Parts: sequence; C-alpha cells; structure tokens
Amino acid sequence: MKGIEQIVQEHPFFQGLDEAFCDLVCTCARNVRFDSGEYLFQEGGVADTLYLIRHGHVALEIAVPGRPAVRFQTLGDDELVGISWLVPPYRWAYDARAIELTRAIAMDAGCLRGKCESDHDLGYEVIKRLMPILIGRLQATRMQILDVYGAPE
Amino acid sequence: MRLSMPSDPMRPAPTRVLTRRREVADTWTLELEPGGTAERPFAPGQFNMLYVFGVGEIPISLSGDPASPHRQVHTVRAVGPVSRALAALGPDAAVGVRGPFGQGWPVEAAAGADVVLIAGGLGLAPLRPALYYILSRRARYGRVVLLYGARSPGDILFRRELERWRRRTDLEVRVTVDHAGSDWLGRVGVATNLVPLASFDPGDTVAFVCGPEVMMRFAVAALREAGVDTAAIYLSMERNMKCAIGHCGHCQFGPTFVCKDGPVLSFERIRGLLSRKEI
Repeated sequence: MKGIEQIVQEHPFFQGLDEAFCDLVCTCARNVRFDSGEYLFQEGGVADTLYLIRHGHVALEIAVPGRPAVRFQTLGDDELVGISWLVPPYRWAYDARAIELTRAIAMDAGCLRGKCESDHDLGYEVIKRLMPILIGRLQATRMQILDVYGAPE
Repeated sequence: MRLSMPSDPMRPAPTRVLTRRREVADTWTLELEPGGTAERPFAPGQFNMLYVFGVGEIPISLSGDPASPHRQVHTVRAVGPVSRALAALGPDAAVGVRGPFGQGWPVEAAAGADVVLIAGGLGLAPLRPALYYILSRRARYGRVVLLYGARSPGDILFRRELERWRRRTDLEVRVTVDHAGSDWLGRVGVATNLVPLASFDPGDTVAFVCGPEVMMRFAVAALREAGVDTAAIYLSMERNMKCAIGHCGHCQFGPTFVCKDGPVLSFERIRGLLSRKEI
C-alpha cells in the first residue's frame, strides 16, 4: 500500500517538488473518499481544505434562487478542487459535490498556509503551481461568460 | 482536399428537400436530393450556397458523409431570415444549390498521423464529414480523437451518433458543456479543457478545429501548449461569403478569400490575422 508521501509526490500538482518541501506539505495531507452525491464542501462554509483529486469526478455548482443549481465546472483525475482557502475570508464560494466515487488528498489549508508563511521558498513554489491553474480557470470563465455558442444577436 | 466545381458556379441547381430533422432547439438537418441523377461529390469541410427562393442565399457547410454524394446533408441553425426560412423547409420543398465550394480538411495529408478534431457548438457539423472519411479508412490513421464542446446538454448536436462513436474502441470521444443542471453527469467546462485529457502524440498530430472564432483561438493555444506544431493545425473560418468563388470580395480575410482559399485554412496562413480587430 502506498504511503501518503508517495501519493502526494505522484499527484501532478506536487510532482517534482523538492523532497524537503514534500516532507513539509505531507504533514498537512490525508487521504479522503467521497461517495457519489456527497459534498466536499458547500457555499459559505469555512474553506479549510485543498483537495487534490486522485480518481473520480467532482461537480462545482452555484445555487440560483428559484432555479435548480447551475453546474459550471467539473473536475476529474489529477485536478485540484478548492481555491478559496488561499485568500481571506477563507469561505467557499460554491458547492463541490462528488458525482462518482472520488478519492482525493485533502490538504489542511491552515497547515499549508502556515508552512508557506514560515518557509517562503515553499510558499513561492506552491503559488507557482497554483497560478497556471487559476489563470486557466479565469480564461475558461471568460469564455463561458462570452457565451460563444449562444445565438448571435 | 478539393473537388472540381460545377460548370456554372453562379447558377443554383433546383434541389428537393428529402428529409428535415430537428437536432436541437434551433438547429435542423436537411437532406437534399440534387436535381436529376447527378451526384455532387464533395470534400469534407466544403460548403454549398443554399438559396431559399424569394428570401436569399447563405453558405452552409456539408455535414453528411462524403461517401454518399447523391444526398447532400446540411445542418442549419435558424438565426437569421434566410437560415430560419431554410430550416423551415419541409420535405419536397425546393431549394437552390450552388457548390460545393472551397478547400476542405486535409484528410489525405493527415493519413499516418494522429488526428484531433476539436468542435465547438455547431462547429461539429463541418467536422462530421472529416470524421466519416477518417473512420471509413480507419487503418490509415493513428489515434483519432474528437473533442466537442456545447453550450449545455440540450445543445449537443448529433447526440445519438456521438453515443455510437463513443462506444468505438478506435475513437476517443470527449464531450463537455459550458454549463448544466445537476442531472448532467458528463463534464462541464470549456472545450479547450479537454485537450490535456486526450491521448495523442503531439509530435505526430494533425488538428482540425471548427467553432466560434474565440473558441478556436483558445483551442490553438491549448494545442500549442500540448506540443502540437502550429503547421499541423487547421481551422474552418467563417466570413460573409456571397459569390463563393472569390470574385466579390465580401469574405476577404487579409490576403485570403475565405470562400475560395478556405473555409479550411492552415493556422500558419492566418496566424497574424486572427487577433486583428479590424478584419
């Protein structure tokens, strides 16, 4: 059976991370699993975890008053769920729900922020890995807002 | 791939609508029977000018199987006066057809390589003939991948066919939608997010991309990030095509005429033009 260190090192988000850094972040990590339909987190809750999906499928949804929830993104194997832990007030801005059995690494966000704060080299490394994901999602959101497949006016 | 044009390219041939099928809320597929016994062979990616008598004429890509040129299939989204009139034509209605016109997908040149087809929205229609062509000669190609993005689950074109393709072991099909309700169990996100998930050898891949221009720009960026050579990326462009033979200039796109030099153009040929706001 794989130890948490190996699982963390094998996840694309932390792949190639310096061993000493890896030891540090592994102290914040644990294995979790969610059955289909189970929430990873819900809008407004404390954003205290970063999830690195190992296997599975997670839907991000926003509740819209008077309408069914809108599913605006799904994430699968090797992807990352949850950004709100990064900046105050550390509250989830949407719901995340497993839509099939999902196994993930859950990183305690407070622990990870603390490690990054006390070791800025680690902090910079983590931010460098997060930024391309954030920018990719921002670009994708722009494209969704443009509604490029909608009927031309 | 290009086939010869009809003898008088400006004269519409009277044609009969054979069948009309609703694909999604505002999109219909018409099957046309060319006049007389003549077949109208076409290359994947080419288009016809369809004339609704008394209303007007618009370019519509061929969306059927190039191996069945005796039946011309067009998928039309009813968004303007002519496309609405066209989409409303029932069986036996008359329509004028000029074509086929333009340069299609380089399906022959892609033989031997992996082929990635990226479609957004109605862009699946002009790509479908290329996929028919490739699948009918499947052994000649490497891995074949279809990545398709639609607005919502209700806007997915050719749904039953996608399901059939998905069951094939020699074709990778990935579908995503921009947004969905919680009953949708497939992927949600933009089409370009599918590129890193697909299995192909970027060093030996030819990519065909068709969709709204913004989506195609993002698709090119995703393909380049995956390591696909820009010389191996082809886009189907859309401009205001009128004469369809490069005479009137309505579809001029920099030094190219989309109707005659395109609609399928290599990314290399138009890379400097795509981000120009003036054209």
